[in-house]
Amino acid sequence: MQVTGTVLTTRRVDAYHALTVVAPGIAERYRPGHFVSVAVGGAHTSMITRRALTVHDVKPDYGGTVELVFTVRGPGTAWLAERRARDTLDLVGPLGRPFPLPRDPVHCVLVGAEYGSAVLFPVADALMERGCRVDFLLGGASADRVFGAMRARRMAETTTLTTEDGSLGLRGKVADALPSVIADTRADAVYACGPMETLRAVTAVAIEFDIPVQVAVEESMACGIGVCMTCVIPVIGDDGATRMVRACAEGPVFRGERVRFEDVGTIPFDALGAPGGGARHAG
Amino acid sequence: MAVDMRTFLAHVELANPITTAAGCAASGRELAQFFDLHRLGALATRSITMAPRAGRPTPRMAETPSGMLNAVGLQGPGIDAFLERELPWLAQRGIRTIVSIGGGTVAEYSELARRLADAPGVTALEVNLSCPNIEDRGRVFAREGSAAAEVIASVRSIMRYDVPVVAKLAPDVADIVAVARACVDAGADALSMINNPLGMAIDTEALRPSLAAVTGGLSGPAVLPIAVRCVWQVHAALPGVPLIGVGGVMTGADAFQLILAGACAVGVGTALFHDPYACLRIERELEDLLQTRGFQRLADAVGLAHRPPGSAPRHLLVDSEESSP
Repeated sequence: MQVTGTVLTTRRVDAYHALTVVAPGIAERYRPGHFVSVAVGGAHTSMITRRALTVHDVKPDYGGTVELVFTVRGPGTAWLAERRARDTLDLVGPLGRPFPLPRDPVHCVLVGAEYGSAVLFPVADALMERGCRVDFLLGGASADRVFGAMRARRMAETTTLTTEDGSLGLRGKVADALPSVIADTRADAVYACGPMETLRAVTAVAIEFDIPVQVAVEESMACGIGVCMTCVIPVIGDDGATRMVRACAEGPVFRGERVRFEDVGTIPFDALGAPGGGARHAG
Repeated sequence: MAVDMRTFLAHVELANPITTAAGCAASGRELAQFFDLHRLGALATRSITMAPRAGRPTPRMAETPSGMLNAVGLQGPGIDAFLERELPWLAQRGIRTIVSIGGGTVAEYSELARRLADAPGVTALEVNLSCPNIEDRGRVFAREGSAAAEVIASVRSIMRYDVPVVAKLAPDVADIVAVARACVDAGADALSMINNPLGMAIDTEALRPSLAAVTGGLSGPAVLPIAVRCVWQVHAALPGVPLIGVGGVMTGADAFQLILAGACAVGVGTALFHDPYACLRIERELEDLLQTRGFQRLADAVGLAHRPPGSAPRHLLVDSEESSP
């Protein structure tokens, strides 16, 4: 649904920005893993594609608020970073398919890189409500780019941090630390969000340990509602065939082992409808 | 008094002139989450091809000033899956559907028309002529009047007489009127214009083209003036041919421009990416505009901007008629 939300608070979280927006309809329907899209630049803007944003928190205050986390990457997100309390935002959401949650109280490792970590906190809340044990593994290039370390420490059984420059926690990437975290916590499942490269490495570790991994991908989108067909990635379906599926409508959450990370940014030759081959195997 | 918004695509009546633009509404289901598709004049499908198509690699999209570039590459399910799943879904709901088709050869377009000829639920058939012609070194059909005409003639001969065939034209041509005339002579019942003009953007950080496919179709408000120009030129040359104006329509006023230039229906595309309710909003804004200008029927505004300079504004004309004895 589309709502005109009012900005309640704005804050900086290390290298990132967070906006809390009053958006009752969206907050009500939100499930962990959903995202929202926001129009940027105001009424007469020259920026016509929406920006897909991660939801970090949903609260029932003021009829329902969502907290959106983003990093400034261009003029659109720079405009968003300049919003102040009482400004209005055009939001569409909740969008995408949420994270599936286990029925049983299992042990889950939540792996986040950069601001991708933000989406994991609502997941952690939902998992803990079901009696799951939650352990966090968060990372980033440097200390100021590890999102949510404090909150993770308060919530989780254990929290492991990694930075590439060694300024916080272990030196390295989240996937480097993942094997020992899985072993120590005797994890049954992995939830992950972050850049494609991180998700690829995390999925490889989970496959090695033979435990399920759910990943939320960050792919650039124009519409977020499944009509523009620009956010596609190669994903293997239940029938074993690879299809170019929309990260916004079929995702953003996928089973990690189904995503062909090595082939993101290409059309694999055996994908359904691929030029010169795949089409012949259709149906 | 409410404005009569009905319009005709050849002999097919649409309840209002606002349609989705081909390739901007996916299968229809995505938009149906937001509003009742019956409120559209018609829904145009993505261009259906014979075989399923995976499309182009990503990145497929780049935002540009007042627009965007896309290189999706006609990703779609192919005609079999379309007839099995997508068209029946629309037909069962009675949604007016303009089916767009795309092919690499005249034979492929003809085969698509043959498959669609007996399918229930096809309100009109739109022929996407901006596809590379495999038999002519990949030059797109729409660039060449004779190639476009060959496709249209073949499709027209196959399609049922009561289903209008619409030729979708590209603006990247030396003389759009010549291509339009060739299509009409070949049997096109209506014309739709414009398809995306080709553009390109370069990522100044990566120092490479922004799109994996290098070039892409430019859409959004940046192309509206090109669409208005094309509709104007073709309506001036072929005033009797129904035109669907498409290109960068974001507001009711944009749609009104195309109608005044000669379009009797208006396609909304990129605006849907920004606002899923764009079609409904644009229709409402257009109706308000017509009403404020004193129009009782949409049809009275079609091509009105072509009237000679110096002639009185229309609503004043109505007043003087009424006051005359």
